Amino acid sequence: MTNAIRVDQVSKRFRIGLVQQRYQTLSEKITDALSAPLRTFRRFQMPKSDSKDTIWALRDISFDVPEGQILGIIGRNGAGKSTLLKILARITEPTEGSITIRGRVGSLLEVGTGFHPELTGRENIYLNGAILGMKRSEIERKFDEIIAFSEIEKFIDTPVKRYSSGMYLRLAFAVAAHLEPEILVVDEVLAVGDAEFQKKCLGKMGDVAQQGRTVLFVSHNMSAVLRLTQESIVLANGRMVMRAPTAEAVDFYLSSGNPKAGERVWEAAEIPADAAPFHPIAMRLLDKKGSVVDTVRSTEQFSIEVEYSLSSPLTGLRIGVYLSTTRGEYVFTSFDTDDAVRFEETGSRPAGRYISRCQVPADLLNSGYFILSINASSYRIRRYFHDDSALTFTVNSDGAPGSQWAEPRLGLVRPRFEWIIDKVD
Amino acid sequence: MIRENSSKINLDVITIRSMRGWSSINLRDLWKYRELLYFLVWRDIKVRYKQAILGVAWAILLPLVNVVIFTFVFGILLKQNQSSPDYPLLSAVGLLPWGLFAGALQRCSGSLVGNTNLITKVYFPRLIIPVASVLGGLVDFGISSLVVFGLMIYYRTPASWTMLWLLPLTLLVVITSLSVGLWLSALNVQYRDVGHIVPFLITTWMYASPVAYSASLVTGRISRFVYGLNPMAGVIQGFRWAIMGGDPPGELFIVSIVIVMILFISGLFYFRRMERTFADMI
Repeated sequence: MTNAIRVDQVSKRFRIGLVQQRYQTLSEKITDALSAPLRTFRRFQMPKSDSKDTIWALRDISFDVPEGQILGIIGRNGAGKSTLLKILARITEPTEGSITIRGRVGSLLEVGTGFHPELTGRENIYLNGAILGMKRSEIERKFDEIIAFSEIEKFIDTPVKRYSSGMYLRLAFAVAAHLEPEILVVDEVLAVGDAEFQKKCLGKMGDVAQQGRTVLFVSHNMSAVLRLTQESIVLANGRMVMRAPTAEAVDFYLSSGNPKAGERVWEAAEIPADAAPFHPIAMRLLDKKGSVVDTVRSTEQFSIEVEYSLSSPLTGLRIGVYLSTTRGEYVFTSFDTDDAVRFEETGSRPAGRYISRCQVPADLLNSGYFILSINASSYRIRRYFHDDSALTFTVNSDGAPGSQWAEPRLGLVRPRFEWIIDKVD
Repeated sequence: MIRENSSKINLDVITIRSMRGWSSINLRDLWKYRELLYFLVWRDIKVRYKQAILGVAWAILLPLVNVVIFTFVFGILLKQNQSSPDYPLLSAVGLLPWGLFAGALQRCSGSLVGNTNLITKVYFPRLIIPVASVLGGLVDFGISSLVVFGLMIYYRTPASWTMLWLLPLTLLVVITSLSVGLWLSALNVQYRDVGHIVPFLITTWMYASPVAYSASLVTGRISRFVYGLNPMAGVIQGFRWAIMGGDPPGELFIVSIVIVMILFISGLFYFRRMERTFADMI
């Protein structure tokens, strides 16, 4: 079988200064020049190859993808997944190494690229199609199909700025999904949209694979990776640490990278530059005595805490924790400002360091292995930061209702219900 | 399925590796993406007049207002109309290519930064963005030229064969703005200062070009040569000659063309060299 993609010892170096210190305005630049004249001067010189200002986002990555395979790429934030996809999509160049690609590459790095709010849905289909590399005749041929998929027939001649976010997303995905490249590179598109839309997208991705196209699929959604791919590679700190059948790779990924059990500390490289002013520090799992643990008892209450700092005041901020199983089923979602009164009081937070802590009552979870995700956002404004597998932990059901029988209990929750047994005759 | 198999025979094989030093322009790739160029130009034009009551009328209104202001300040107050009684036409003919140049330069210098979302999300030859932003000004140019035609009728200026020169002259304006625009747009990616400098650059450049006055005011061999270093000086004088007659641009023009070619070729190569880091730096 021929290889659709051949990645040969690819490395990518970034200058940290370029990533983190961006000068948007002249005044910022002058202030900075006055406070650090030397650094400003250095910026005008060519980067030295091994200076301290550079980081390797990718290091010696080599792998082949046979034609028609769907390969999953998993790894934490900052592991190099997005950089790898960007190199494959020819958006940025590798510093070292080479990649050989057979066929047209379509990238779904973000749906709706190039959509213009002032243009109508119809106009944006043509524009977006051209941006994604479709020929005009090709767009015309698929036009009806695209509209049918997006379910926005009635609004096709309305400027997209009047669309709801769901409509916008459906239209954007519809165009991208009809691109039909030989190689499709997908990053996190499934993280957005409602459940029904996600199902539709997954279906479309499955179709693409059935037609013998090659797909590279990056997601934090382990259940989607498990469902769509047979094989995956795991990236950690810019290196490829594993290539294995997906189930094995997912297990490896979930169980690795937690240096201290029960606590997840985010390092600078793992925090995207656009998270500011939100700066995540750590997420911890605490037992009822307040010590950090990676196993909690089903019969005892425990807490989840998120420590973070804000470099400037934020309005409408909410910190969300999501609990899910390793198969991607959600158990619950909870925000620190779910309480409307609490939201009024603390929705606007001044700059500073914070801990948001929630108490999970006893007798809630069944035994098993769970994943905690975090999301910091302002509703309908912006998502600052998310980590879809921040922490993993085990629940021990010793002493839980029914533990006199050593058989496994079905279900994700293990509540202690009040049972009444009446004798009726 | 059948279509699938047949298309597999001629799949493009692309090798991605780090390019060092100067690279070629890669015209083949540009040609492949010509439809994107068309759509980006179309988008620019379409968006510019959306949700504006006067819409495309702005393309006539603005040069017209400029002609009135120039006629008042330079023609009447500074008595330019004594030497040239048809001063409104003279300034309108100067403003026509100048408007194309200034607008193109302004949009072009900010074009890459303004399209950050495209540059960081999809591949296509980056040259398309500045080229599209310059070409988008041609429609305005066409509409604005109605002001000149109107004044020509008013002053009973006869149409002559020299007007055919307007086509190559317009092409030269486009290439000139693209040459400078390529440099500025690429520099803007790294140094946002460019965005602050461009308005001053355009204003200064206008006074250094014969927009509000006739190029014949500049005399003497050396000063004319120095003046010719500004490519827009030759172009604007060419426009005046083509429409109103008088001195042909001559040697001033040759200096202008040489300067533009140097700027254009160096701009293209500088752009190509910087192109590969755009997505990382923008």
